[in-house]
Amino acid sequence: MSFEPLNTVTSRTLVLTPSNIDTDQIMPAKFLSMTTKAGLGEHVFANLRYDAQGNLTDHELNTDAGKACEILVAGHNFGCGSSREHAPWGLTDYGFRVVISSEIADIFRTNSLKNGLLPIVIEKGAHQWLLDHPGEDVTVDLNKCEVRLPKNGGTYSFDVDAFSRLCLMNGTDEMGYLAAQDDAIAEFEAAR
Amino acid sequence: MTKTLFDKVWERHIVVPEAAANPATIYIDLHLIHEVTSPQAFTELNNRGLKVRRPDRTLATIDHSTPTRVNADGSRPYVTPQAETQVETLLANTKAHGIETHGWESDNRGIVHVMGPELGATQPGMTIVCGDSHTSTHGAFGAIAFGIGTTQVGHVLATQCILMPKPKTMAINVNGKLPKGVTPKDVILHIIAEIGVGGGTGYALEYRGNVFEDMSMEGRMTVCNMSIEAGARCGMVAPDQITFDFLNGRKFVPEDFDAACEDWASLATDKGAVFDKEVSLRAEDIKPMVTYGTHPGMGIAIDAIIPGAADNAEQDALDYMQLSSGEKIAGTHVNKVFIGSCTNSRMEDLRAAAGIFKGKKVADNVTAIVVPGSVLIKALAEEEGLDKIFIAAGAQWREAGCSMCLGMNGDIGAPGDLVVSTSNRNFMGRQGPGVRTVLASPETAAASAVAGVITDPRTMESAA
Ligand code: SF4
Repeated sequence: MSFEPLNTVTSRTLVLTPSNIDTDQIMPAKFLSMTTKAGLGEHVFANLRYDAQGNLTDHELNTDAGKACEILVAGHNFGCGSSREHAPWGLTDYGFRVVISSEIADIFRTNSLKNGLLPIVIEKGAHQWLLDHPGEDVTVDLNKCEVRLPKNGGTYSFDVDAFSRLCLMNGTDEMGYLAAQDDAIAEFEAAR
Repeated sequence: MTKTLFDKVWERHIVVPEAAANPATIYIDLHLIHEVTSPQAFTELNNRGLKVRRPDRTLATIDHSTPTRVNADGSRPYVTPQAETQVETLLANTKAHGIETHGWESDNRGIVHVMGPELGATQPGMTIVCGDSHTSTHGAFGAIAFGIGTTQVGHVLATQCILMPKPKTMAINVNGKLPKGVTPKDVILHIIAEIGVGGGTGYALEYRGNVFEDMSMEGRMTVCNMSIEAGARCGMVAPDQITFDFLNGRKFVPEDFDAACEDWASLATDKGAVFDKEVSLRAEDIKPMVTYGTHPGMGIAIDAIIPGAADNAEQDALDYMQLSSGEKIAGTHVNKVFIGSCTNSRMEDLRAAAGIFKGKKVADNVTAIVVPGSVLIKALAEEEGLDKIFIAAGAQWREAGCSMCLGMNGDIGAPGDLVVSTSNRNFMGRQGPGVRTVLASPETAAASAVAGVITDPRTMESAA
């Protein structure tokens, strides 16, 4: 739950084009009975990465180049379905810091922000450009809330709420923020 | 100033108010935990060297992964070794942190949302959270109760607080006289069909009107349970004499019970208080309901015709369900019937189902399982002889737990099976890969088990 501060990320993108990739595809239900988060990166997108016999496929996610990607670009409406937090855990354990799509499901978005993964909803044109140009170096600047595409692809702004942005930039998660309110909590308890 | 029930309870729990740069810090009175969404939170706590701030405000049980059968030798047939590890991990974590736990030996073990009210731990005016979206159930007592993710489970364990923006308020008014044979489950399925699965998103619901005022606590819990299926994280009913009578004498209620009741009674929404939104429905319009699609908003009256698909997603849902618009839903072949879950596994539900089953037989093409919500309910039902009615009818009488509601413990249907289920979610594959779920009341589920096809319970005699 604590994570590296996130200010500017420049990385090749890994692109998954289908729309409506739900949390069950990100992290299949059979991994929900895990009692740790460590290692969930090995199971993220398991159905793409392993064949029916459990052998690794040649999917980009299994390559060194893929594993070096910190930015995931995904088709419309990413992260729909169940609220399992195992989905963002798997993505961050794999090494992603940013997910970009033209729409990202609400609960997944909230869960991501709590786990050091920045979900970015970007305008359709830029999203299409990203889908069409896998593996390009893209810069995400949380300070300015903008995504910069290479090759004069342009600069696009995105929204993130002030509190989540501050937490991401400082690498403080909400636990740290709440723990710092200990006095106020003790006072509240004493007063009732 | 006039205030709503939600506002009054919310204001009592603000530790740090909401501002432009931060959400509100809200104090949590009761934290319920179970085996599925807590292990990573405990690991986080241990990694940071943190303690559980208020073990006395934390209550644990095991329900999701627990087998509902016992082997002849007394051992438990866990679906996977991992499921057993998950249960063992919870027991070890709560022991290490001094948290009261209703494990295998407890008479109160059961579905977490059945256990809280049963122990009187759920009380009016409280804030209650649990790593489970159906925590909304506890709103039936006039509490603000909602589901949280595992990260937040960690927050509450460590600080007894969570961060959240204040939701808007919505009144759902249902007034009038419910037709005979219409149950609380039908009322909430009707509400969701009317306002849609996203209709409550961003709102805290308050169920108002004489229909809810006259409803039992069991019924109110059934209604509040499914608030989340309308997109609302919580739903509430104002505490009243019915609430107080339910709580009186239970383990955790305040010593000065009369004073507590007086305070609780003051929580009701003030006359003239304004909600951000109001929806009003007529009780007379509600019939026994079933779902025909793959989300709880796709519900119709049991004697209705399956409507046409509004979009591709609805057509996909119909295809998945192997149902065609223009046809009657009643009469559809049934393979399994599940009576249980935090929506409908309490005494009132079991009595209603037993009323239908009494003196009848489950159809040859149907496997029916009845899973009580808690060990206590199981004992009470056996005291009343309900188990004998189920067994004589040919239904299975199981140990308490979540069971087939989400099938995590291995209680699932076979691909293609049509399951009439008293639970709350009919998502694709929730009750097993390829399983088609039809949500309904215990009466409708029992009637369908007996007839072997989806059946209007009003057409069947009941001994209840
Ligand atoms: S019965 Fe179903 S909905 Fe209720 S807590 Fe268990 S799994 Fe969740």
